Amino acid sequence: MARKNKKKKTLAFKNAVAGYLFIAPFIIGFIMFMIIPLIQSLRMSFSTVELEGGLSMTWAGIENYRQAFLVDAEFVPNLVQELLKMLTNVPATLIFSFFIALLLNQNFKGRGAVRAIFFLPVILSSGVIVGLESGNTLLADMKDAIEKSSTDASITSVLESILITSESSPMSQMFEYVFDIINSVYDIAIASGIQIIIFLSALQTISPSMFEAAKIEGCTAWESFWKITLPMVSSMILVNIVYTVIDFFLKTDNAVMEKIDKVGIGGAMDYGQASAMAWIYFLCVIVALGLVSLIISRRVYYYE
Amino acid sequence: MSKMGTKFKTFRERNKKSNGYLLRKTSFSIGYKIVRFVLLFGLCFLILQPLLNKISISFMEERDLYDSTINVIPRHFTTNNFKIASNLMEYWKSLGNTLWISLLVSILQIISCTLVGYGFARYKFPFKGLWFAMVVLVIVIPPSTIQSSLYLNFRYFDIFGIFQAIGGQPLNLLDSFTPYALMCLGCMGLKNGLYIYMLRQFFRGIPKELEEAAYVDGCGKFKTFLRIMLPDAKPMITSCFLFSFVWQWTDSFYSGMFLSSDYAILSNKIARLSEVLNSFVKATTGLDKASTAYASAMIGTGTLLIIIPLIIVYLFAQKGFVESLSQSGIKM
Repeated sequence: MARKNKKKKTLAFKNAVAGYLFIAPFIIGFIMFMIIPLIQSLRMSFSTVELEGGLSMTWAGIENYRQAFLVDAEFVPNLVQELLKMLTNVPATLIFSFFIALLLNQNFKGRGAVRAIFFLPVILSSGVIVGLESGNTLLADMKDAIEKSSTDASITSVLESILITSESSPMSQMFEYVFDIINSVYDIAIASGIQIIIFLSALQTISPSMFEAAKIEGCTAWESFWKITLPMVSSMILVNIVYTVIDFFLKTDNAVMEKIDKVGIGGAMDYGQASAMAWIYFLCVIVALGLVSLIISRRVYYYE
Repeated sequence: MSKMGTKFKTFRERNKKSNGYLLRKTSFSIGYKIVRFVLLFGLCFLILQPLLNKISISFMEERDLYDSTINVIPRHFTTNNFKIASNLMEYWKSLGNTLWISLLVSILQIISCTLVGYGFARYKFPFKGLWFAMVVLVIVIPPSTIQSSLYLNFRYFDIFGIFQAIGGQPLNLLDSFTPYALMCLGCMGLKNGLYIYMLRQFFRGIPKELEEAAYVDGCGKFKTFLRIMLPDAKPMITSCFLFSFVWQWTDSFYSGMFLSSDYAILSNKIARLSEVLNSFVKATTGLDKASTAYASAMIGTGTLLIIIPLIIVYLFAQKGFVESLSQSGIKM
């Protein structure tokens, strides 16, 4: 009995060693390029960093954080603006991608081509190209010039002026929200390539016999959407929300990221200040992500 | 004609029998198809429009840009824009560099991420949950948090003071590909947490019996991984490879950090194109800077030059991107 027990233990031990060997690259990399820099940047955020003749830090307490919150004129507005934008963009992206996935799940000619086009932005609009599209000052100047000189109005702005009667009523605020989304439909379409594919694959795993049974029982398409489709893909909704939130926060054309870059490497070289801002931002991301997944994960239905 | 006629007749008869239900249903489905077509066509056009616009502008001469009667098709067709843009960007040199670095990065990333993903999927070891939480943390951390200290790390690179002892001062690894290689080997490159996650999901879906059979036949652990699991995971590995290649291609975060801004790599070149163009215009025509329209046309052309290789990759490997992503069965 004792011998048997010992043998079992050695197998488990061997497996553990093998497991650690397999994930060794991650552990080494994580410590070298994540933990050490993280600790260092945390230390930097509490000190004044000087680069003259090597790196030197002097303890400054919460001075950098005070600067970021109270002195810097851009940081807090940027942060608030990004968080608010997340609140509007993430639901819009989800609804849009779910809607497109529903459409692409149906059979029609050219489905493959449409799917390829919707996925194209994932490949093209990343990294430097996103920054070029939105951050191009030249293009912005030109747009301003055109807008000033031309008198024709866009459809949405005309509708907006008709529908939004008073600023404060909840109905007008609703409309304003909708118009914001319509105006940014290009950004949303570009940001939802991966989400569409994930939803699509979830939709295709639902067995058709369920819909058939529901139809025989007298369910309309509307009812079977709410009672079958939505619960069956709810776990994917969680995945997509998390993915969208992360994607949104880490985009290169994000105002806060640009600001951090401007304070740090890309400009003023004030590393202490930049680290403090980055840490504030990081905590905001974690809190936002935690809240969202906490709220959603309670409603997720797992079909096993 | 007669065939159509009979078809119409039977339709009318059937419609009569069903009390008009058939007509309602058919017209509804046709209307639905039209709406769906318009919607999808519009959205596809919306996505493609900037690309098409850039293509049409890139073939125009400068005077065409100001001519309001010209909308899409250039009147004075020219390929000069491409020549100038590729000259200013040192296109072939930067293309070579970018290709080399993207290949290097994606191959190294895939090797390390596959190993780690497999380890997480198949082995039980203490603190596994904790380590996996760290993988998720890597996905979530905004890279700008560690940006400055990473930069300093590679600027004054040293392991326990070894290089300081030998050469008198720490190494400067910037402006070379070494930081990329080190980061990728340590699974800390661009979006590596995501690849680990995807590969782990995929490995978990492969039946365990295959490996058990291999163990019974006396195959070692690493050999089993190499001979049995790797061939099975080919679609997922290909897809991760493609993603990492494509995302590295346009990455500006790491190239902005590790390489100086005039290093010949495409993402740096495009970011500085308008600056270079201004000095070029100043040198050739004596104007202070390039006109707004011309500069934006040039940037459009430069962007096209960057994404042409990506589009070629996508055309040939579209299945690799999409299919395996939908097969991965991503679950929380």
